[in-house]
Amino acid sequence: MAFRHRRAAALVVLCLFAAFQAKAQQEPPYFVTYSSVMEEPGNLEIENQNLTAAPKEAQTFFAPTVEFEYGATAWWTTEVYVQGQATQSDSSVFTGFRWENRFRPLPRDYWINPVIYIEYEDVNGADKSYLEITGNSSAADLAIPNAVLRQYIVRSFEGKLILSSNVRGWNFSENFITEKELNHPMPWEFGYAVAASRPLSLRGSERACTFCRQNFSAGAELFGGLGTRYGFGLSHTEQYAAPTLAFNTPGGFTYRFSPEFGLNDNSATVLWRFGMSYEVSQFRDWFRRSR
Amino acid sequence: MKGRILTVAALIAASAFCFAAADGSWLKKVPQADRERVNPFAGQPGAAAAGENLFRNNCAKCHGAEAQGKGSRPSLRSERLAAATDGEIAWIIKNGQMYKSMPSWGGLPEPQRWQIVTYLRSLNPPVRPEERVAAQEAPK
Repeated sequence: MAFRHRRAAALVVLCLFAAFQAKAQQEPPYFVTYSSVMEEPGNLEIENQNLTAAPKEAQTFFAPTVEFEYGATAWWTTEVYVQGQATQSDSSVFTGFRWENRFRPLPRDYWINPVIYIEYEDVNGADKSYLEITGNSSAADLAIPNAVLRQYIVRSFEGKLILSSNVRGWNFSENFITEKELNHPMPWEFGYAVAASRPLSLRGSERACTFCRQNFSAGAELFGGLGTRYGFGLSHTEQYAAPTLAFNTPGGFTYRFSPEFGLNDNSATVLWRFGMSYEVSQFRDWFRRSR
Repeated sequence: MKGRILTVAALIAASAFCFAAADGSWLKKVPQADRERVNPFAGQPGAAAAGENLFRNNCAKCHGAEAQGKGSRPSLRSERLAAATDGEIAWIIKNGQMYKSMPSWGGLPEPQRWQIVTYLRSLNPPVRPEERVAAQEAPK
C-alpha cells in the first residue's frame, strides 16, 4: 500500500473511531455558528465532523475534524480540535490543531445570552475544514497542491462574541468573529455567522421513542468573511447559506447534516458537511475515588 | 503574609457562598412573577410520562435515573422540592446555577421544561402551606 493511501486509511479509521464514540444534549443543529449552549459540567463530548466538496476547478477533497469538548464548569467549556484532509490525486495531510475556550459571563438565562469565545490555532494552509471564514479568501485556493499549502503555517488567535436567544422554541444565534495571525504581519480579519433553528416538536412524547419529532431539529445558517481591518466588507470574501438538520437519539448519539451553498463567485458551489457526536456523561467521575 | 491571609479569607468566603447556595438559597432569587407561574400541564399523567422521558435523556446523567442524586449532585426527591412551587422549579431548570455546576436549560423548549416540572411534581407531591414554610426554613 502506498504511503499516501496508508495516511488516507488512517484518517478514515480516525473518523470511524470517532463515529463509534459519539453526544446527547439538545444542541441547535449548527456546524459553524455557536449558540449559548455549554457542555454540561464534567461531561466529555467527542465529535467527528466531516466536510467534502468537489469544486469545479479543484480536486475533490475530504476534511475530517475530531473534537473533544469538555464542560469544566457550567460557565466554562474547553475544546480541542484535531484535523486533517485528503485530496483526490494529491495527498492526505494532518493540518493542525485548535484549542478553544467559551465563557458564559452572565449567571442566568436572559433574552440575549452572550458567550465569550477565545481560540488558539496552529494549522497549515492545507486546512479545508471551513470551521469558520474570516478575512478575504477564495475557493480558487482549493486548487493549490497540498505540498505548497502545508508550507504555510498559521498560528493565530481568534475571538468571537456569541449572542444567542431562545424564543418560543426557536434559537437565534449570532457570532461576530475576529482573527489575528501571530506569526505573520497580517491585519486583523473579520467574519460572521448567524443561524436559526427549531425542534420539529416543542413537546416531549409520552412514550420513549427514537424517531419522535422532538428528537429532530432543523434550521439554517449563513456565514462568511467580512474582510480585514484595511478592507472591511463583503468583497473578495466567501459567503455560504446552509440548511441544517440534526437527529438526537435517546442513546446519546447525534447525527447532523448540512449542504452549504456558495453565494458568490469566490465561494465553492456546494460544501457537504456531516457529523456524529456522543456525550460521555460525567467523564470527570472516572477519575474520582468514590464513583 | 498579607496575601496568604487574603487567600484564606477568599476561600472561606467562597465556601460560605457554596454552603449558602447548597441549602436552597436559590429559592430566594426567584422573582415573584416566576414563582407564581402556573404549570400548563399540572396534574396531567401524560405530561408526567413525557417529562420522565425528557428527564432520563437530559437530567438523569447528573441526578440519577430515579432522581435520587448522584455523588455531589442533589437528589430531586426532597422536602425542599415538595415545598417549592411549580414556577420555582421551572425557574431553576431554565436559569440553572452557573456557579454551582447546574447549567442553564433555557435551550430546551418551554413546554418540555414544564413537562419535566410535572414529572418532578409527581415525585414530590406538594405539601400544605404551613409545611411548605417549615420545609423551606429547615436546614438541608
